[in-house]
Amino acid sequence: MDIGKDLVAASATPLVMAILSEGSSYGYAINKRVGELSGGEIQWMDGMLYPLLHRLERNGYVEATWGKSETGRRRKYYRLTDQGREELAHQQRQWQVVDSALRGIWCTSINLVLQGN
Amino acid sequence: MEMTQKLEERINEWRAYLDQHRAIQSVDAEELEDHLRSQVKTLGEVGLDDDEAFFVAVKRLGDLDSLSKEFAREYSERLWKQLVVSPGGDEAASDAKRNAIVAVGLAIAAGISIKVPELFGYNLEEPDDSLNFYIRNFSFFVLPFLAGYFAWKRGLGKVNRMWLAVPFVIAALVMNLLPAGGEGHTVMLAAIHIPIALWLTVGFAYTNGHWRNHDQRMNYVRFSGECFIYYTLIALGGGVLVMSMMFIFNSIGLNAEEFAESWVLPCGVVGAVLISSWLVEAKQSIIENLAPVLTRLFTPLFTVLLLAFLGTIILTGSSINIEREALIGFDLLLVLVLGLLLYSISVRDPHTPPGVFDVLQFLLVVSALVVDMLALWAITDRISEFGFSPNKVAALGENLILLVNLGWSAVLYGRFLMKRSAFTPVERWQTSYIPVYAAWAWFVVLLFPIIFNFQ
Repeated sequence: MDIGKDLVAASATPLVMAILSEGSSYGYAINKRVGELSGGEIQWMDGMLYPLLHRLERNGYVEATWGKSETGRRRKYYRLTDQGREELAHQQRQWQVVDSALRGIWCTSINLVLQGN
Repeated sequence: MEMTQKLEERINEWRAYLDQHRAIQSVDAEELEDHLRSQVKTLGEVGLDDDEAFFVAVKRLGDLDSLSKEFAREYSERLWKQLVVSPGGDEAASDAKRNAIVAVGLAIAAGISIKVPELFGYNLEEPDDSLNFYIRNFSFFVLPFLAGYFAWKRGLGKVNRMWLAVPFVIAALVMNLLPAGGEGHTVMLAAIHIPIALWLTVGFAYTNGHWRNHDQRMNYVRFSGECFIYYTLIALGGGVLVMSMMFIFNSIGLNAEEFAESWVLPCGVVGAVLISSWLVEAKQSIIENLAPVLTRLFTPLFTVLLLAFLGTIILTGSSINIEREALIGFDLLLVLVLGLLLYSISVRDPHTPPGVFDVLQFLLVVSALVVDMLALWAITDRISEFGFSPNKVAALGENLILLVNLGWSAVLYGRFLMKRSAFTPVERWQTSYIPVYAAWAWFVVLLFPIIFNFQ
């Protein structure tokens, strides 16, 4: 299944923030976690994650620090800030509304389809 | 797993290619490289050989052109360098040439336009009073051309072009129909404020109609600051040119002074605005290195100046003498400080944590705030003693506008310094405040004459 570009773009922010709410992480690991969570269905070009992370940083939702990777190279780690947590909770509520609305309409329309047949 | 020599070379080549993309800065490239290496390593662990792992990893990262576009979108301050998105090669060269021709053409047109009224008997050397045609109309020999240049360059739509023209038409009508009653204070005030109002109108063309977008507004602020620096440089050079001209012609017994005053100077003054606006974008890399250095140089100096001034006031107990010239001087000083503040905010990388320079900047804001309060106090004192006059009310309004801006800037900057918030609110506050200046400038132009009965 191919998830449309707009939907991926819209869900990327809460997804990344939710992953960071589990603990600080770095780009590659975040991408991997997205893959795991969605069973590989939600995909974007790996590089696109970084402009997104930087935007979150600029808005004060995440904080970045340079640390070391296991091989000793510099690696940038991201951590969710308190402001980020608030924003995540806010976005969560929005998604829940969308989700329940869709569920509602889909239940009725499935019934209609079934009755029609 | 150790990376092999060949793979290491490949990654270095890739990195070198990445570094050519100006929208992706070196720290970002480092982050991407870390990603690439992790990916290659994982792929190697599942059995791909180096070549395969490298190619898959590069492919998954995404093609670099769209990636750098994405980076540029996030970092609009880099996008505005227009290096990533502008087409490379011949097309870029011919674009640059066309820009140059149009800009120089408009500069010449502006230079000619300022001489045209002389054909109808108006004279540049008329006394500086409210009846002077040139004082009333000075903006119209420059800013319409500049607005036209950006409307052309950005490919502004037809409807937006009409919107762009409206303020200019209104301004031209008002400036020429205002009766000069009494001492003509309101006309002079309008003449001072109309360039501000119209400069912000040019911003509408510069941002291609997207004036509500905060990043675009910031770009215009940055542009204004850099244009100012280019203009000053050109003016300095122009001064040397004029002096040389007078000197050499003097040596053969010809007096070139009149030619310099009635031709070179006025045409140069208006034409240079277009040339510097064009240069800001055409020779971006020069100015973007120079301007931040100047800001860093002058922020501490202005801070010292304001602190020394405040210190002297406290020590000597003297109060600000609020004559007309002093009023204008104070407003100019505060506007300069605000400009410095705005520009350094616009070039600051919002990601960097607070540093020494931010403390200085904060000091500058706070000392300007105190100076502004002193000036306000002196003005209200003066008003309560002698009553309202257009000049005093204009000064009062401007100082109040600055007070609000500086006060809230100080609060936001303080929060940023204490690491209680990101830098973005500081930026946002400035860009949100820009319409206030426009509103005030138009208010002075359009309503002051009515309120003060054309004094």
